[in-house]
Parts: sequence; structure tokens; C-alpha cells
Amino acid sequence: MKKSNDAFWWTLFGGGGALTAMFVPALLFLFTIATPLGWVEGPSYANIAWLLMHPLTRIVAFGLISLSFFHWAHRFRFTLYDGLQLKHLFELIAVICYGGAIAGSLVAAYVLL
Amino acid sequence: MAEETITIEVLRYLPENGAEPEFQSYDVPLRSDWVVLDALNHIKDHIDGTLSYRWSCRMGVCGSCGMMINGEPVLTCAAFLTKYAPGPIRVEPLAHFPVVRDLVTEVTDFVDKLKHVKPWVVREEDKPLEEGEFKQTPAELSDFKSYTMCINCMLCYSACPVYGLEPGFAGPAALALAQRYNLDNRDEGNDERMARLSNDEGIWSCTMVGECSEACPKDVDPAGAIQRYKLAGAAEWWKSFITRKGK
Repeated sequence: MKKSNDAFWWTLFGGGGALTAMFVPALLFLFTIATPLGWVEGPSYANIAWLLMHPLTRIVAFGLISLSFFHWAHRFRFTLYDGLQLKHLFELIAVICYGGAIAGSLVAAYVLL
Repeated sequence: MAEETITIEVLRYLPENGAEPEFQSYDVPLRSDWVVLDALNHIKDHIDGTLSYRWSCRMGVCGSCGMMINGEPVLTCAAFLTKYAPGPIRVEPLAHFPVVRDLVTEVTDFVDKLKHVKPWVVREEDKPLEEGEFKQTPAELSDFKSYTMCINCMLCYSACPVYGLEPGFAGPAALALAQRYNLDNRDEGNDERMARLSNDEGIWSCTMVGECSEACPKDVDPAGAIQRYKLAGAAEWWKSFITRKGK
């Protein structure tokens, strides 16, 4: 049995899953439902813009977005392996999935940092 | 008034006939206190003595009467006929295992996997008897107690789609049992088990489908055990990566 480097990818997957599950539903609810419908008084554009300009916010946003990509990559890789029975394309799928997550993270870093 | 009956469709496989497996139907009394195992015993005793299946305790302890009922892995001693009324009830051997005959499966692969995880208290050095017993607090026991409830019924292996696709996968019960000993404060075999199981045929094959925990008749939660094991495996991997001890 060969040693696996899945521990590395699983850490990113697990971290992304935990953070996404915790923060994304709350953020989506607040900024795409509650605020537009007037259920809560949301912050003004100027306030949000100021918050997003802060380096700490950008680092947090980058972490959340990047780890979400890796969460998707790991899950989608196994969906293709097992769900679609494409295990023979092992390397290609891994490159596409993790490569996609890395590319997405680079774009996020370029935009945010 | 005639007694109410229910139809049991059993997948028969008789290798000496050389025929493909096929379903055979039997009508059995639909009694409220009968489980599927009672119906199989009724068939064997009164209708067709050639039917083969495993069973022993009839009370959810021995783990030998697991079969597929209407496509779900269950203990037949705990599956009441009335739950499936009006039927028919389809009974097949446990999925993902080779079939020896009728409902009897070949389980050597599972037994080998159990042995592979060293499911016993591993000590680097045995403690001399005169030093007395190992102490364990209720809190320490509760860390792993739920994993000790496994009866090796293999329902989780039939439920696990990964095991169905990759027979090399150590599987839910064996990994949960490994965790049972890893989390036991008397045990010192953690490193050895990690070396055996932190690989593509061990914990990292599990894709957290969770069907094993759904199927478990003893609430062992193998899926949860494997996730905890993955967390320990990932921590171990990062530790060895950082300290450059090599993977």
C-alpha cells in the first residue's frame, strides 16, 4: 500500500468545509435576503467598502474563498472517481480539480490582496 | 378464517446446479411477533429444507444474520414482517461479499481486515502482574465505548459504496475498531495502526458517504470514527511534514 498525500488535501477540504458551513449561509442570508428585503438594516455601501478595504478582512475573505475552492476540489474529485466511475483518469482528474482550486485561489489573491 | 400470509422472495444460489442465482417465492404466515429470520426458519423447517443462511442468537448480539431486505442491509432478527406488509419481502445475501450458497456469504476478507488493524490492546512492554490492573476512569472509557458495541455483522460493509467499488478498502467496522483501541488509554498501538491505515486503502479511501452509520444496528457510528481518525491522521502528517521526519 502506498502512502497517501490525501492528508494534505483533506486538511484543506476539511478546513474549507467547516468555514464554509459556518460563515457562508450567514453571509448569504444577511446580504442577499435579509438586507435587500429590509428585514435588517444593513451597513451602508461606504461602510462595507471601508470594511473590505481593511487588510484583515481581505485576508479572511481570501482564506474563506480559497478553502471553499479546495473543499469543492476534493469532493468533486471523489464524485468523479466513484460517482462517475472515472478512477482510471486518476491523475487528470486530480490535476483538474486541485489545479482549478489553485487557479481560483490565485485569482482571489490577485483581486483581494 | 385463513391465516394471513406474506410472500418472501429469497435469492437462491446452488452452485452444484451450476445455475445463475434466481429468486424463489415462499408464502409464510404474517405474524406480528415474527421477524424475517423467523420466516426463514419457517421456510427451512416446513417448506424447503435446502435453504441455507446463517443465524445464531436471534437477539441482535451475534451479528450473523445480516442480509439485504428489500435492498437494505439489516439484521433479519430485528426486521419484523409487519414492517414490510403487505410484501413481498425480497431477501438477498449481504451485498459486496462473494456468495457461497443462497444467503451465505464468504467473509474471509472482512476477518483479514479486522486482524490487520490489530484490534487488541497493544503494549510496548507488558506490565508485570504484581503492578496490578490498568486503571481507567469512566470519562476515559466513554471516549471509545460506543465503538466497542460493534458485533461484526458487516452491514456497514454492505452499505458502504466505497467498499463495493474498492474491495481493498479496510472498511467501516475495521477502522472504527482501530479507533476503539487508539482511544483506549491502555493502548500503545496508535503509531503502528496509523502506519497501516493512513493510506489509500485505509482512512483516506472513505469519502464520508455515511451509509455505514445509517446501517449500523448498534449505533457505533463508524463514519464518525473514521472522520476522527482522519483528523488524527492529518495532524500526524503535518507534524511529520513540519519536523521533516519524512512521510
